[in-house]
Amino acid sequence: MRMTGTGIGQAVAVGPVARMPEPLATPADVRSTIGVDAEKARAVESLGRVARALEDRGAKAGGTARDVLEAQAMMAEDPTLSDSIDELLGQGKTAERAVSEAFAAFRDQLAAMGGYLGERAADLDDVAQRVIADLLGVPAPGVPELDEPFVLVARDLAPADTALLDLDKVLALVTSDGGPTSHTAILAREKSIVAVVGVLDALSLADGETVVVDAAAGSVVSEPSDDEIAAARARIADRAALVDAPATPGALADGTAIPLLANLGSSKAAQAAADQGAEGVGLFRTEFLFLDAGGSAPTIDEQRAHYVELLEAFPGKKVVVRLLDAGADKPLEFLNDAHEENPALGLRGLRALRVSEDILREQLTALAEADKVTSADLWVMAPMVSTVEETTYFVSLAKELGLKTVGVMVEVPSIALLADRVMAEADFASIGTNDLTQYTLAADRLLGSVASFQDPWHPAVLRLVGEVGAAGARAGKPVGICGEAAADPLLAVVLVGLGATTLSMSPSALADVRASLSRYTLDEARRFAETALAASGAAEARAAVTAAVESPKETHS
Amino acid sequence: MVTRTVRIGSSHGLHARPAKLFTQAAAAAPNPVTIAKGDGKAVNAASILGVISLGVEFGDYVTLSSEGDGADATLDELTELLVTDHDQA
Repeated sequence: MRMTGTGIGQAVAVGPVARMPEPLATPADVRSTIGVDAEKARAVESLGRVARALEDRGAKAGGTARDVLEAQAMMAEDPTLSDSIDELLGQGKTAERAVSEAFAAFRDQLAAMGGYLGERAADLDDVAQRVIADLLGVPAPGVPELDEPFVLVARDLAPADTALLDLDKVLALVTSDGGPTSHTAILAREKSIVAVVGVLDALSLADGETVVVDAAAGSVVSEPSDDEIAAARARIADRAALVDAPATPGALADGTAIPLLANLGSSKAAQAAADQGAEGVGLFRTEFLFLDAGGSAPTIDEQRAHYVELLEAFPGKKVVVRLLDAGADKPLEFLNDAHEENPALGLRGLRALRVSEDILREQLTALAEADKVTSADLWVMAPMVSTVEETTYFVSLAKELGLKTVGVMVEVPSIALLADRVMAEADFASIGTNDLTQYTLAADRLLGSVASFQDPWHPAVLRLVGEVGAAGARAGKPVGICGEAAADPLLAVVLVGLGATTLSMSPSALADVRASLSRYTLDEARRFAETALAASGAAEARAAVTAAVESPKETHS
Repeated sequence: MVTRTVRIGSSHGLHARPAKLFTQAAAAAPNPVTIAKGDGKAVNAASILGVISLGVEFGDYVTLSSEGDGADATLDELTELLVTDHDQA
């Protein structure tokens, strides 16, 4: 039987079902035999114990899970809830019953509000179950503990369950309730677990039966045929091979080299990126050096030590370092302490560095010194450049201070439109697609209400990328992409078709992008780029290219 | 009685993490504080369930109230939390 829900991610899993224990029965509404005060003491004690246990689990889990578990701990000791429990106890109810009724009242209130709040109802149910289990002296409901890996099937998973999941044991998650914003979905995404949520009939699955969970198709197949199992196993093996394969240099099907580089935020991650097959670094962010330094800029010596550590991880390889990009979402008081109404349009990036030129000079000096004592091929680039004049200023200053290869980031439409004149001055350009999208669509990338505009598939953004790509080709200079767009395996091909000569991304995306590039020739990539440019919007561009990819290719015999 | 009317800056509204941070701060404040959405009913700002159930979204206006010594400082601190976007990381 095939059931459907909302898949999270692209992977597939096969394995035996393990069901979450069903919730405890609702405590019976019987009169207390020990009196109001004694019941009250029991309730307070259990609520406190559960709150402390949730806090402990939060501290162990860390990250997003910690916030959620701490919020649950606060729910257990919520003053409004406590008033409501006291009132129920005053009517002569038992602690179990009072806790159950009080939580249920809040739960119904949240569930009735629907959407995001409705999904928080599961958090509250979970706390109630834990408190009632504590009062009854039975183990709290939780994730089953088995020796063999399993597919966990549950009504919905509470944060406390997902936080401590043993990932080596969980092949996949299937829930009957919960939507794409439920905790199960959020944590599955964060921890890369195969998951299908909101599968209505999921609870008809029995312990031990084998299922195929396909997140890409959003399906769960029970009693799968041998062929279905074999197909799933083949996909799992392909995927593992992709990740484990000795990383070959990025290239198209016709052999055109497209070096695949890593985006890094600290020199500590450099070695891991090299191990994952990064052919260098396409974007090294230097903000952490300045954010960690406290209220002032780090010294030249401090900076040089970090740059040397980074460059030593990539001997003989290209490493592109972005100068300090402060402002907007990363304010640094020593660069700009003025309150701005529109920080994304304010004194940020190169604009801020130019005002504090001593900081810019020091950073360039530290980089030049690190370059002298290492063998990596160091390139430097300035963030948030919006005019040709700024390009000239930055390139001449960096060269004066001893840097050999100097370029600019293309994040502002103005500079993409004047790419020919920019490429005459700079040695290379690197396109930051996140900011380029934000500025092209005039939609604050940090604002949830306009998040739908933040899509780099938009033909307006792609046309600007194409301008830069064409200018780079005419000038014989490289054009890189270092935004999240490069991590989208299909969009990566389109970007190459638009003239990108290197792609830089978070190291975890390298394997998928490498595999995608190897499927298409440069001519095909250019054809996909034309298809995307001809679309009227982001969704249409993505759909048109997806259709073009899936239509039968001319066979090369 | 001191009151402040504040526009919510958190892009996901006053749920989950922002609600937790706000409630923790309200519970730690020396004066009891209430919060109301628009001209709705005021709830205890130290109650995470009360705060979440207001269903406050990005851009909504809420009114904080408190009284006694230090109420001004308490509300200043809580206002700062509400206008900040905690969901941008």
